[in-house]
Amino acid sequence: MHERFDEITQKELADNRAAQHVVKVCVAAGCLSSQSAEVKTALEQGVNGRSCKVKGVGCLGLCSEGPLVAIEKHLPDGSSQNIMYQNVTPEDAPAIMESLDKEPVARLLCPTDVPFFQRQQKIVLENSGEIDPERIEEYIAADGYRALITAVTEMAPFEVIEQITRSGLRGRGGGGYPTGLKWVTVAKAPGPDKFVICNADEGDPGAFMDRAVLESDPHRVLEGMAIAAYATGANEGYIYVRGEYPLAIARLKTAIRQAQRMGLLGSNIAGTTFSFNINIRLGAGAFVCGEETALIASIEGRRGQPRPRPPYPAEYGLWGKPTLINNVETFANVPTIIRKGGDWYASIGTAKSKGTKVFALAGSIVNTGLIEVPMGTSLRDIVYEIGGGLPNGGVCKAVQTGGPSGGCIPASYFDTPVDYESLKELGSIMGSGGMIVMDESASMVDVARFFMEFCMTESCGKCVPCRVGTVHMYNILSKIYQGEGTPRDVELLEKLCDMVSVTSLCGLGQSAPNPVVSTLRYFRHEYDELIAGANGSQTAVAPTTEVAS
Amino acid sequence: MFPNEKIDPPSDDKRWRIVQATMRRNGFARHSLIETLHTVQESFGFLDEDSLRYVSRSLRVPLSAVYGVSTFYHLFSLKPAGKHTCVMCTGTACYIKGIPKLLEQIKEEHDISPGQTTADGELSLLTARCVGSCGLAPVGVFDGEVVGKLTPELLAARLQLWRNGNHA
Repeated sequence: MHERFDEITQKELADNRAAQHVVKVCVAAGCLSSQSAEVKTALEQGVNGRSCKVKGVGCLGLCSEGPLVAIEKHLPDGSSQNIMYQNVTPEDAPAIMESLDKEPVARLLCPTDVPFFQRQQKIVLENSGEIDPERIEEYIAADGYRALITAVTEMAPFEVIEQITRSGLRGRGGGGYPTGLKWVTVAKAPGPDKFVICNADEGDPGAFMDRAVLESDPHRVLEGMAIAAYATGANEGYIYVRGEYPLAIARLKTAIRQAQRMGLLGSNIAGTTFSFNINIRLGAGAFVCGEETALIASIEGRRGQPRPRPPYPAEYGLWGKPTLINNVETFANVPTIIRKGGDWYASIGTAKSKGTKVFALAGSIVNTGLIEVPMGTSLRDIVYEIGGGLPNGGVCKAVQTGGPSGGCIPASYFDTPVDYESLKELGSIMGSGGMIVMDESASMVDVARFFMEFCMTESCGKCVPCRVGTVHMYNILSKIYQGEGTPRDVELLEKLCDMVSVTSLCGLGQSAPNPVVSTLRYFRHEYDELIAGANGSQTAVAPTTEVAS
Repeated sequence: MFPNEKIDPPSDDKRWRIVQATMRRNGFARHSLIETLHTVQESFGFLDEDSLRYVSRSLRVPLSAVYGVSTFYHLFSLKPAGKHTCVMCTGTACYIKGIPKLLEQIKEEHDISPGQTTADGELSLLTARCVGSCGLAPVGVFDGEVVGKLTPELLAARLQLWRNGNHA
């Protein structure tokens, strides 16, 4: 198998080198919605016999300046030179093509020596923006599927798990459960039928990392799942992907077909007794389906309502069989860990959070887009260095992490390193990696209300604390925001937060109060000011700037 | 796993063949309910009572369960949509960047709230929980085409084009 891969790799490299210029156009969803498909067509038409290859690639990262076009120029001495263009329109194509052998088009140049590109360390996104997501050959040429072949032909399942355990990889969906431990539990569970599920139901508003991975490098996820299946003894896999991501679904389908044709999925992979198939299941727009037991119910064709745990899916999951559920980004880390070893991965990051994390930067920030940084990078670095600060020199008030289950971190805590534990201490969570930057104009009460509205609508209705509690909290928040609140409302709100988080059945309810709790903790004065405004005649409550924790 | 009796589709509309193909591919298994409903919605645009009854009998899932599933998930619609659909993203980034104001604008100009269709059946307004293009916030999806960095003027122009198409 490795020989066949070598052949493909050499052919790909030769093809690549044959062209003097490789023009890479981002065809991920962000750029596609600003006409990158038209740009690609225009560039292809402009080739005109030049020694130049135009191809579509995955996300180049800086979504706000799309469509992005990267050009790799092969110099005669064997090295290559890279430049990037931003905000390219189809009309710019002739100018770009003309400039290939000359000086680059200055007005479109996107500086790549800035922290946004320099400070990143890419593992999950290493092929993103480099390879054509619709061609398996390019993935193989980028060392793809070698980890899977090595695993099934040279390693025992327990050795694979050992590498994952040593790597210190933790669930990237937000919970941060050690991946190795999860795999061991499933591997130890008795019975011949086991399942591997990839959770691609990226429901957090403001998060688009998984989407980018699926659209830019779908084979990496398939390979990660196949390795997980080998390690745990599963032979069937499901990818549960949001119905809102049509492009990701199409690319996954293509990728699965290609992998099957190459014998990398299906029966007797690489001539061994290991067989593994992957099916796609579409979500239908329910946030709660990101919860593992609800997700299983949805795959089984039922309403996506969670059930009490234990028993955990590792013992009693899909159709009652042991099931491994991991997030897209978790699986995407696996091939690299197997290829480079668990110890290598463990050398990146902090003591308890290893490796890198992909974040989606959005909101009031100059460089919106995708970044991948080592765990432990401080929020200040992410917002001001990599993110380029706020537009028009605005002042950052807070960063919201973790979506509706997370919290708002005020600017005064920006030196905190980003890892699972530190964020938890601050009352937020790592979450799946969405980061929304808010400037001074954002009302924190409104933000809390926004997330409560989200949780209220998305509550599945199975357990009472979540179904009723979120409605009450939303009503109180609305009342306060509209300037009709009383000090007693805040008291009641705090009590409700506590009650809902302690008594709810699943993660949605348990974490629903987080945005309220964290804004109350750091921005209580905003609540107080609104209430004081409502009760003008009474003595205004003294605004407390920061509440000691 | 096949039904004992042959169940005919509610009409001889050819689109039912696509639905049947989906069910057959999944061996008429009960767990293919959501997949099947997806196909019905893609083919017909919404789920009506006839289609729910048909899917229920074909997959041998109680009608109550079919109804439960189709009302539980946001993507399924039991009402026909307008000729054009405008989906406004209400994710966090879009919210911060002013989607609520744009929704108010639509309400003022076209008198529809999210989930409603204009009286002339031309335009349906929907909201989505983040379409995953936060880098381009605020984002709207116009008949499947994602448009980022929306401004009130851009939005008004887009929608007016559709409404006018009616009179042209």
